[in-house]
Amino acid sequence: MTTARSGLVLDIVVDDRDVTVRLEVAHGETLALLGPNGAGKSTVLGAVAGLVAPTSGHVVLDGRDLTGVRPHRRHVALLAQDPLLFPHLSVLDNVAFAPRSTGAGRRASRSAARAHLREVGVEDLADRRPDRLSGGQAQRVAVARALAADPAVLLLDEPMAALDVDVVPALRQVLRRALADRTVLLVTHDPLDALLLADRVVVLERGRVVEDGATQEVLTRPRSAFAARIAGLNLVAGRWDGRAVVHGDAVLTGLPSSEPLPTGGAAVAVFSPAAVSVYPQPPSGSPRNALAAVVTDVEPLGDRVRVTTAVGSLTITAEVTPSAAADLELVPGAEVHLAVKAVEVAVHAARRP
Amino acid sequence: MPRWLYVPAVLGLLFVLLPLVAMVSRVEWGDLGTLVGSASARDALWLSLRTSGTSTLLCLLLGVPMAVVLARTRFPGQGVLRALVLLPLVVPPVVSGIALLATFGRRGVVGPTLEVLGLDIAFSTAAVVMAQTFVSLPFLVISVEGALRTAGERYEVVAATLGASPTTVFRRVTLPLVLPGLLAGAVLAFARALGEFGATVTFAGALQGSTTTLPTQIYLERFADPDAAVALSLVLVVVAVVVIGVARPGRGDT
Repeated sequence: MTTARSGLVLDIVVDDRDVTVRLEVAHGETLALLGPNGAGKSTVLGAVAGLVAPTSGHVVLDGRDLTGVRPHRRHVALLAQDPLLFPHLSVLDNVAFAPRSTGAGRRASRSAARAHLREVGVEDLADRRPDRLSGGQAQRVAVARALAADPAVLLLDEPMAALDVDVVPALRQVLRRALADRTVLLVTHDPLDALLLADRVVVLERGRVVEDGATQEVLTRPRSAFAARIAGLNLVAGRWDGRAVVHGDAVLTGLPSSEPLPTGGAAVAVFSPAAVSVYPQPPSGSPRNALAAVVTDVEPLGDRVRVTTAVGSLTITAEVTPSAAADLELVPGAEVHLAVKAVEVAVHAARRP
Repeated sequence: MPRWLYVPAVLGLLFVLLPLVAMVSRVEWGDLGTLVGSASARDALWLSLRTSGTSTLLCLLLGVPMAVVLARTRFPGQGVLRALVLLPLVVPPVVSGIALLATFGRRGVVGPTLEVLGLDIAFSTAAVVMAQTFVSLPFLVISVEGALRTAGERYEVVAATLGASPTTVFRRVTLPLVLPGLLAGAVLAFARALGEFGATVTFAGALQGSTTTLPTQIYLERFADPDAAVALSLVLVVVAVVVIGVARPGRGDT
C-alpha cells in the first residue's frame, strides 16, 4: 500500500512480542513514544528501521512502503542510548560515514561532516578518536552522524538515558535545535524529554497505544496509568518574564535550568506534587508562589494523598499526608491556597508557546 | 594463587625450554654456514616460505567468509558444521594427507576429472599448498569467528541504518573491527603451515625444489646428516620465534 502523504505511517502487528500498534508522524513533526519497559517501544523502532519484521501490516515513509526493504535502503537513522561510534574511525570520519557510504566523495563527505559537527557544537573534536571522548561528547557526535545521513525519519531510542545528569540539559538543547524541522520518532521514559522535544506524545502499554495527543495535553491530563505515573509532575507553560513563568493569572517564580532562556520567550515551569503545600488561608510572609485553587479530585496514592486542583485553566496536583487531607477537609469543590517554593520550580525553555 | 602451583608451572616451563636448549647445544656453530647454505636446504627454506605464504592467503580468502557465515547466521546443523570445519585440528596430519590423496590423487574422487583438465595435483607444489591450507584453515576460522562474536553486531546495525550496503558494512566496519583477531589468526595459520609435515609428505611427497619443505628436509637429513638436521631445525625455530614476535599473542587482541 502506498499513500502520497509525507511523514511516517506505521500500522503493524508483531505476534511474538504481542505488539499491535498504529501511529503516524507527520512530516517535520517530533513524536515521543512513552511507555514502561517491555511495552513495545523498541519493537516499533525496530520495525521502522527494518530490524524487526512485523507479522503483518506495513510501514510507509514519505509514501514509500518499506515492507521487505532492507535497513540500508530505508532512509532512517537510529540513535540509541549507546553512541556506538565506530572505534577505528576518527570523529570526523564517523560523521562522514553515511555520506561516504551513499556515494559522496571523500572531500564532500568530510565537509558535510564538519557542518554537522558544528551544528551540535563539537567541531573542535573532529580529529579525536572515539575513545578519547566523554559520554556527552560521544552522544553529540552520534547525533551529528545520524543527521549526516539526512534520514527521512530519525529514530531516537532513549538517547539521553545513559548520560550523566549534568550533561543532559546541554544535549537536550542540541537535540531541540537539531530536531526542530525533522521527522523524528523519539522513545523516552523522561516526561521532560517529551515536553521539551516533542510535538505529540503516544503512550504504549503492553504493546498497545493507550494515549495519543498533544504533549502538554497528555502530560498534564494523563488518562493512562503509565502517563499518570511518569507525568505526575506539574507543568505550567507560559512566558518567561525574566523572573517567573506567567500563565494568565498564575505567576510562578522559579530557577532557570542551565539552558539559555530569553525574556519574553516560551517557557515551562516544572515541579513535583510533593513541592506543593496546601493551606486553607493564603499563606503569608514566605517568599513562595501562592495560587488560589479549587480541589477537583482527591485520591490515595500509597501512604500519601494526591490532591488535584484547578488554578484557572491549569491543573496542579499536590501530595499531602492523609491526616493533613482530613484536617484541611479536602473534598472536591473545596477552595484552598497552594504554595510552591521558588527553589523547587525548575524552568525550561519550551519548544512551543 | 596457592604458592605450590609454582612447582608444576616451573616443571612445565623446563619441559618446553630444555629440549630447545639441548638442540641449540648440539649445533655445530663452525659449520653452520655450510650446513644451512646447501642447495637442498636453501630450496627447502624458500619453498616453505612460498607455500606457507600462499596457503595463508588461501586461508584468508576462504576462512574469513567461513567465519562470517558461522558467526553471523543461524541454521540447523550449524554446531555440527562448525565441529567438522575444526576437524583438521584434531585429526593426525598423516590422516589429513590420506584424505586429500583420496580426493585429489590420481585414483581419488575428483582426481581423474582434474587429470582430464590437465591438472595433476598430487605430488606437486600445489599439493603442498593444499595440505598446508587444509590443516591451517581451522586456526584462522576460530580466531576470526571469536573476534566477530566479541565485536557483536551492534556496529553493523548502526552502519546499515546510516545507509551503508552490506558490502560496505563488511569492508568499512566488520573487517576493521576484527582486524586484530584476523592478524592473529593469519599468523597462527602461517606458523601451522610452516611446520606442516605429515599431510605434506603423504599427499605431496618429497621432491627437492617442488615438494620438499623445510620440515620434510629436516626429517630426511636426520638419517643422512644429523648435524644438518639440527642446523635446519635451528633455522625453523628462528623463523617461528620471528613470527611469534610479529604477532605478539595476548597484545592488541582483545
